[in-house]
Amino acid sequence: MNQIQTPDLTLAEPARAKAAPFVKVRDLKVKFVSREATVQAVNGVSFDLARGEVLCVIGESGSGKSVMMRSLLRLHPKKRSVIEGSMLVGDNEITTVSDKKMTELRGSTISMIFQEPMTALDPLYTIGDQIAETVMRHQKVDRDAGMKRALELLELVRVPSPERRLKAYPHELSGGLRQRAMIAVALSCNPSLLLADEPTTALDASVQIQVLVLLRKLQRELGMSMIFVTHDLGVAAQIADKVAVMYAGRMIEYGEARDVLVNPQHPYTKAMLASTVKDQHKGEALEAIAGTPPDLRALPPGCSFAPRCKFAVDACRAAMPEPVSDARGHYARCIGVESTGGALRFAAPKPELALAG
Amino acid sequence: MWLYALRRLLLTIPILLGVTIICFALVKLAPGDPIQNLVRPETPPEEVAKLRAYYGLDQPVVIQYFVWLWRVLCGDLGRSIANNALVSEEVVRAFLNTLNIALISVVIAFVASMALGIIAATRQGGAVDKLVTAIAVFGISVPTFWLAVVLVIFFAVNLNWLPATGMGADGSHGFNYFDWNDFKFAVMPIIALALPPLGIMTRTTRSALSEVLNQDFIQTLRAKGLSEGRIIVHAVRNIMPGATAMLGLQLGYLIGGSVLVETVFTWPGTGFLLNKAILTRDIPLLQGTILVLATVFVLINLVVDLAQSMIDPRIKRI
Repeated sequence: MNQIQTPDLTLAEPARAKAAPFVKVRDLKVKFVSREATVQAVNGVSFDLARGEVLCVIGESGSGKSVMMRSLLRLHPKKRSVIEGSMLVGDNEITTVSDKKMTELRGSTISMIFQEPMTALDPLYTIGDQIAETVMRHQKVDRDAGMKRALELLELVRVPSPERRLKAYPHELSGGLRQRAMIAVALSCNPSLLLADEPTTALDASVQIQVLVLLRKLQRELGMSMIFVTHDLGVAAQIADKVAVMYAGRMIEYGEARDVLVNPQHPYTKAMLASTVKDQHKGEALEAIAGTPPDLRALPPGCSFAPRCKFAVDACRAAMPEPVSDARGHYARCIGVESTGGALRFAAPKPELALAG
Repeated sequence: MWLYALRRLLLTIPILLGVTIICFALVKLAPGDPIQNLVRPETPPEEVAKLRAYYGLDQPVVIQYFVWLWRVLCGDLGRSIANNALVSEEVVRAFLNTLNIALISVVIAFVASMALGIIAATRQGGAVDKLVTAIAVFGISVPTFWLAVVLVIFFAVNLNWLPATGMGADGSHGFNYFDWNDFKFAVMPIIALALPPLGIMTRTTRSALSEVLNQDFIQTLRAKGLSEGRIIVHAVRNIMPGATAMLGLQLGYLIGGSVLVETVFTWPGTGFLLNKAILTRDIPLLQGTILVLATVFVLINLVVDLAQSMIDPRIKRI
């Protein structure tokens, strides 16, 4: 796997040099089953993630990005969900490990930061107790040692006057501080894989940047792999090594951050990038993507973006296109994309040509 | 915390004063003139006026209230009209009798409802959940007097295991929990008293717990790698403020004495006493009983509020 040399990534290089994939997800499918309907939330996702790498998963609401993350911790209710495929984290096959082993992995090998710092902490326990609890659970230490570690962690995540904050309850902290406390909980047992589910979405713009910079810094220092879910392309550009774009439960484009964000191939990625504020003049209308995401209870047989795609032809609606990839691992799932001369190239498919093929 | 406790304590004073005003007004609002009832119709008006002055009834109502309040604060609740006994002694005896069964009932109801609620909330939709719901609905909807009668027929009449009524040979003197000869009299009243609060508290525990288990922080706890047992501990602690309030209310009701249950079992408690006072129009007895019960109710709520603020740091009202 080739890496693009970018000067700002040098810190992470040593960790990435010995990179055999640490996380290996193959054909992951997650279904939610209820009496009324079956929801295909994740629909065949495959990716690799090396140690110390950051994968950003981008997609609009309901594209399955959070569901995919939660399945890596097996947080979905057993009775109502079906998980197929394979998820290998280190030596652990997440789909088949025992429940007991799973609780041991949670919070120690794999940990997670949630979107809402307001509701993600138990309101009746102090910040210190909530961090110490995780440490006590996984490192089998007593409460004093747990609290000592909690204090270290609060210092690590740059919480001002940490001794006092240790005894504070969640409602006594601001959103930014709570999210830092949440990060401290997640980092308490030196996880190898950190899952961050839109950790900055609920925060003020200025706090967002602080938390983001902190996360990126800690990720590099601790050499963690990180999967970062966001729908903010700016955030993705800031922190990602790899970017995956999800649509209707599938990864429709994947590759090095630069490749995907600078040279997007899939019409959906292109449209999404075109719909963000960049250098437009004031008053110029943004290009929104027409239509709505498909109903996950009844997915169309072909490309799920076809109903909204201005290039769609009949062949698009017939079957989901296979990924077309270039030499660096950048791939897109679109019949209009071709790999020529080591790079992907999109050309709008011609209807009759597509039918003939 | 201590500041909150102090403020909350001070706030009960006006509430208690309100209680005394209502109890005092009860007598004043009762029809009939006490002095006219006391003297013969042919007594000369001067004699009546003298008697009126002797009892302080010629004073303005406000003065009368404060005189009465002072006596109450000194523990003097007057004498019963029916048997001239000291009201304070009657009330305290009845109160302790009721407390004997009410405390056990409410503890049984609370522990059992917690256990049932937790079992049901963690197995939602399953057969166990449905069984628990059935038990709760039975507890809420069965009339206690009917249940009491059925218990008597079954355990006292048919099986002859338990005495049907009363409080034992010694009556209310020296009732001993740990002596079966005393305690056997309390078994059926306790069951009859415990069932309705058991039903109500099971329902509230189950619904409060299932609500908490759906909150975001439960997922965080699971993602931290905690066992399901530890997660339940967190969730239960989160429902405790509400559960404590419920517990306080139920204890308050039970200490007020269930008129029906105590009448069926002729248990000489507060419910029984209230019933007697009302039927014999014994106003001083009624006044004293209500005053004591209302005060206890207010104090229970004070304890509940303090307990809640200790469990939930966000509670800093007033």
